[in-house]
Amino acid sequence: MLNKSRGAIAAASLVAALLTLATTAAPGPADDRHTIVMKDFHFAPMSLTVKAGTTVSWKNQDDEPHTVVSDAGLFRSGALDENDAFTYKFDKPGTYGFVCSIHPRMTGTIVVQ
Amino acid sequence: MAETRPPHSRRDALKCMAAGSLGTLFTLSGGVLTPVDLAAAATNKGMGRPFFVQISDTHIGFSKEANPDVAGTLTATIGLINALPEKPALVIHTGDITHLSKPQEFDAAAQLLGGLKVGDLHTVPGEHDVTDGAGTEYFARFDKTSNNKGYYSFDQGGVHFVALNNVMSFKAGGLGTLGGDQIAWLERDLRARTSSTPVVVFAHMPLWTIYEPWGWGTGDADQAFAPLKRFGSVTVLNGHIHQIVQKVEGNMTFHTARSTAYPQPTAGVGPGPGPLKVPADQLPKMLGLTSVTIAGAARPTKLTDTPLA
Repeated sequence: MLNKSRGAIAAASLVAALLTLATTAAPGPADDRHTIVMKDFHFAPMSLTVKAGTTVSWKNQDDEPHTVVSDAGLFRSGALDENDAFTYKFDKPGTYGFVCSIHPRMTGTIVVQ
Repeated sequence: MAETRPPHSRRDALKCMAAGSLGTLFTLSGGVLTPVDLAAAATNKGMGRPFFVQISDTHIGFSKEANPDVAGTLTATIGLINALPEKPALVIHTGDITHLSKPQEFDAAAQLLGGLKVGDLHTVPGEHDVTDGAGTEYFARFDKTSNNKGYYSFDQGGVHFVALNNVMSFKAGGLGTLGGDQIAWLERDLRARTSSTPVVVFAHMPLWTIYEPWGWGTGDADQAFAPLKRFGSVTVLNGHIHQIVQKVEGNMTFHTARSTAYPQPTAGVGPGPGPLKVPADQLPKMLGLTSVTIAGAARPTKLTDTPLA
């Protein structure tokens, strides 16, 4: 009984350890929180709040190219084909709008705290 | 539609255009577009000389499923143009020459388009050609005369041609934009022209709103049209939407051309205006060129849509 219980605990710990390993080995949720995907002609999420010093990544998941262009002229990705990504580090607090210059109805905002 | 009689009215012309069928040639006579069967035109010398051809959205660099060989379909298009019974004076390319604005794409496009056996090639940029913002690669290869503005005009065969750029001063959340400077330039450019001069205006994005949710239009186009209203014959040619859409309003005829690369969905079908995948045997029917011919001074001009198959 005791042994069995110990075995179950050991097995549970192992599963937990594997889960931890899996989550840290995969491109982690920590990264995902700072990633915006371009999918079905939308930025998702459309608005993202991050701390100053964060690098935000945009990844295109459409088979049509998109771009990421800062409203204020701070950054411009150039054409991102399917699965291409672009990153930009936000050092200062503020609100930063961006748009896809190929499909200007695609817009989004980064809020840096 | 195989039109074997010369139609007499704009209504007939529109009926034929609405059919969107292969090989219809349009003549513009006194501002009225008249469709003529392309095969008939090819054998009837009396129909007039070919004037110019419009191609669009070649998207050199694209290689996905919707068309893995855009160089091949452009080459086929150029073959059709070079095989016209009489050589057109010029070819107009209404933008999206390349897919991703890459130097090697522009190089490949310039090389392919160099195979055109016609007088001049006139281009306007599409938004895919200027993703760097300044359009550096585009202007270096295709437009060395407009001082990197992308709009200009010229006269040929008694027709005044105006190239407009509606892809470089876009507004977030909106449509294509010409901008105040360009509209002011257009007003000045048209001022000295007589109202009887046929005018052909061409730009990449449609100059009338076809479908706003996908950005298929130009927000300030109406301001540009104001100085065009007095002209007896205005033909407005665009690309961008990879399919034929037409309308006639007063003396203005609007026409968007097919792509030579891949089709796009009709407005509002699916999540957005991306490449439309169709069976391989259907693809050539959805690609093609528009040709325009003129028969005699200030008389019939023809607009033709020809698919690759």
